This record gives sequence, C-alpha cells and structure tokens, in this order.
Amino acid sequence: MTRYLLGVNFEGGVVDTPMEEWKPEEITAHLDYYKALREELLASGERVQSEVLAGPDLAKIVTSDGRETFVTDGPFQEFKEWLAGYQIVDVESEERAIEIAAKLSAVPGPDGVPTQQPIQVRQVMDQAPVDIAEMEGYLQTARGRD
Amino acid sequence: MAGTDAPAAVEDLLRELAPQVLGILVRRYGDFDAAEDSVQEALVAAAVHWPRDGVPESPRGWLIQTASRRLIDQWRSDRSRRDRESLAAQERPAEVSDQDDSLLVLFMCCHPALTPASAIPLTLRAVGGLTTAEIANAFLVSEATMAQRIARAKRRIGASGGRFAMPPVEEQPERLRTVLHVLYLIFNEGYASSIGRELQRTELSAEAIRLTRMVHQQLPGDGEVAGLLALMLLIDARRPARTSATGELIPLAEQDRTLWDQGLIDEGVSLIEAAAGKGPLGQYRLQAAIAAVHDQAAHAEDTDWPQILALYGLLERVTDNPVVTLNRAVAAGMAEGPAAGLAVLDEVDERLSGHYRLAAVRAHLLEMAGELEAARELYRAAAGRTTNLVEQQYLTERAARLDV
Repeated sequence: MTRYLLGVNFEGGVVDTPMEEWKPEEITAHLDYYKALREELLASGERVQSEVLAGPDLAKIVTSDGRETFVTDGPFQEFKEWLAGYQIVDVESEERAIEIAAKLSAVPGPDGVPTQQPIQVRQVMDQAPVDIAEMEGYLQTARGRD
Repeated sequence: MAGTDAPAAVEDLLRELAPQVLGILVRRYGDFDAAEDSVQEALVAAAVHWPRDGVPESPRGWLIQTASRRLIDQWRSDRSRRDRESLAAQERPAEVSDQDDSLLVLFMCCHPALTPASAIPLTLRAVGGLTTAEIANAFLVSEATMAQRIARAKRRIGASGGRFAMPPVEEQPERLRTVLHVLYLIFNEGYASSIGRELQRTELSAEAIRLTRMVHQQLPGDGEVAGLLALMLLIDARRPARTSATGELIPLAEQDRTLWDQGLIDEGVSLIEAAAGKGPLGQYRLQAAIAAVHDQAAHAEDTDWPQILALYGLLERVTDNPVVTLNRAVAAGMAEGPAAGLAVLDEVDERLSGHYRLAAVRAHLLEMAGELEAARELYRAAAGRTTNLVEQQYLTERAARLDV
C-alpha cells in the first residue's frame, strides 16, 4: 500500500461563481457528493486523514533565523494558490490514487456541472526500499560517510 | 503454570493457538467471517486475563469455549441470521478435533480473490493472532481503518464461495505460491522499516519468520518453502549490524560482521543445503543462496562476487523483476569491473527508463569507472525521482560529495 496526499487549492476549476452565490440545493448536492466519497473511502479502508483548511485570511507565514521569530501575513501568494484542503489515502496503486483524485475533481458545482478543480497527487515517501531485492541492491551499492 | 505467566509467554502461546482455535470453530460452525471475529475477541480477553489470573489448565479449550460463546451470542443478536441457519449449527456436537488446521487457515487467508494488501492484515490477524490494533499500528493507519480492511477481505472471501477446505490438488501449488508471496511481503514490511521511526514494525519480520517456519514444518519437502525461510533467516541475521545507533542504514560493505547472528546464518545455510534437489530452483531459494554468499564472507573483500553474479543470472530467469537485473549489474561491476556492469544496464535501459534505481546504479558504476561528472548528474537525477527517504538522502549526499 502506498500513501498519497491529494491536495486541492482555492483554484475553482471551471466554476467562477463563489459558493455563497450558489443555490442551496447546489450546495447540498456538492456536499453530499463529498460525503458519499468519504464514506466510500472509509468503507474500503483507504482513507487515512482528510482536513479542510481555514482560509488565507487567517494564515500566517513564520520565519526564523534561529534567534528571532518573524510572523507575517505574507508574502502574498495569489489567493487561488493557497492550499484549501487535503486528504491522505493509503491505496494499492497510483492508478487508484488518480481515480480518487478524478472523483474529487468531478464534484458537482452550479447546475450540477463538475467543477473540475485541479487535484495535486503527491506520493508520501517510504522510509526505505520496500522489497528485499531492492534493499539488497541498495545495500550493495551504498557507501557510508567517508 | 498459574500465577506467574509473563505477558510475553502468554502472547506466544496465544499466537500459536489462534489459527488452531479458528480452524476448530470454522469446522464446527461453518462461518469463517464470524468465527474469526469471535476468536479475535477471545484472544483479546485471554491477553487481559491470563497474565493476571494465570493460564487455564487447557488454554486451547478455554479459547474454544470463549470464542464459541461469543459466536453464538453474536448469532443470537443477529435476527436475520438466526432465522436462517445458525440454530441448526449450534446443535452440532461439540467435538474437539486434534487436527491442526493452521495451514488450512493460512491458505484460506491467502485466497486468490484477495489482493496481497488485503491478505496481509487478514493473515496477521487470523493466523498470526495479532490484534487489529497491533496491525493498524504496524501499518500506520487507525484501528477503525484496519478493521474495515479486514472485514472487507473476509467479505470478499465469503462472496467468492470459499469453503473451509484445502483447495483442489491441482490448485495447491498456485495457492502455495500466493501464501509464500504474502509471507514474503509481511517480512519485507518489517525489514524495510526497521530503520528510523517505525521500530515497532520489526515485529512483522519476526511474525513472518514464525509463520513460514510453521509452513515449513508442515511441508518439509517443498524447496521454495525452505528457501523462503532460509532467505528470511539469512537477511534477519544481519539485523544487529544493519543500522547505526542513530538509526541510519549501514551498507553491506561497512557492516560489523561480528554482529551478525551466526546461529541464524547456520540455520539458513543448512536449510538451503537440505533443500538441494527438492523441486526446481525457485526465486526464494536463489535469493537465499545470494544472501548466504554475502553472509558467509567474513570480510566484505572476501565476498564471492562471481558466484553472486551467476546466481543473479539464474534468478533473472525465474523472475520478471527488473530490479534483479540492476542487482546483477552491480554484481558484474564488482566481479568484472564497472564496464561489465554498465553493459548489463543497457539491457534494461528501455524497460526501466525513468526509474530512479536505474540512474542510481548507473551513477554508482560510473563513479567506480572514474567518470565523476556523469555520475554526479545521475545521482542528482535519481534523488529527484526516488520515493524513499533513505535513498534520497544517500543520493543527494553522494552527488554533493562529487561536486568539488
């Protein structure tokens, strides 16, 4: 099993209308779609974690030189480039991760049209080679710190 | 026996009894799914009570009784079922057969309808006697998620009409291959993660060895079963030397070989020797033979690379794993020089195009050949494409070192 982070920005896909201006039944359909998908991933045992993040208005950027901590509201990225939410799935293959991402992207918006929001599919790294043959290959080629 | 039973001793006993008790319950009541849940509950109860109150006189009888009671309780509360089938089943005579069905339970869990990813947790629970919480912990998911995966795996077996019986003779070799593959993957999980943060997972390797030993005891004449057990022992023998105090992976050439477990090496080597002539040479026996050559070299310089090269050549013929070819290239580089290794890589260039291991091995051979500039570029390229942290750090460091 391999873990993937499926991330979504505030990039709205083909939908320009902010959600506040959708019809109530469109919002309901949108949320029900996510709920059904969440239940599917719960039942299959593939869902590890999912979170929706508070908006960029509340975001802070922290830097430090090791002595002092600087907290600012910027540098200001485009609103659309901020991460809006993510989920981590634990799946058998990249194909399956892509399939789930496609379902996320197809969430219905106004008039039931899929929003086509872009979904980032990012593999979570393993700690080490996962197979004896690979591990042996690595141990045969690697050299320590001289 | 009462009073002083250490939790570890109790745990060992429970793991040994788990598949036996499950086998008996399934024979008696015929419902693998429900029986497996009940046995799990009985095991959890025993793990709580026995260390405190002492192990009962007949531990197996206690587990059978407790699990049966839970199973029947569950049936009673399940209306739809009660109406159908269970009352008749409850009336069956409560004979306790002496037959050990552990192997049968293992065959059941490694059902062809399951992917390895579903067979693994089910096997660990039903045959290994691990709790759902322990398995979830090892695979870094929540207990609820792991419970879902196990339940789903059992439903799939049920849906494909799995009877609790050995598969027909003609299907047994194929099923045994699946069983061995699942055990191999369980061992891998523990082996690959025995570094860094996930120390608790090393238990998976121990569990894989225990289960493979059980299969070997029941099928002593099978060369691949012996080969897999030997492979696990020969790899596990190096565990004490494989990681530094800070958890870093130590390459084979730099491991302190005096730390290797000689007892495990001897056992692994005798297993391969005893398996000679038992059926065709399969991938596990060949991998074990390669591990044995490494393990039998007192110093890295003593390694018999020509023999390793020959064994990888044989292994390549029985598996379709391109990683084996990469390993053969490394062996060729050691046995015959970097040019020979690079020539081997050309054979898999197309097939592995873009794979970071191809770039990593080529970089290694180019560095051996003194082509430092090209090596550095390939180390960098490999670092950008790898999906595991240990190699990424190594490759990045290697590239930086050549960057003079």
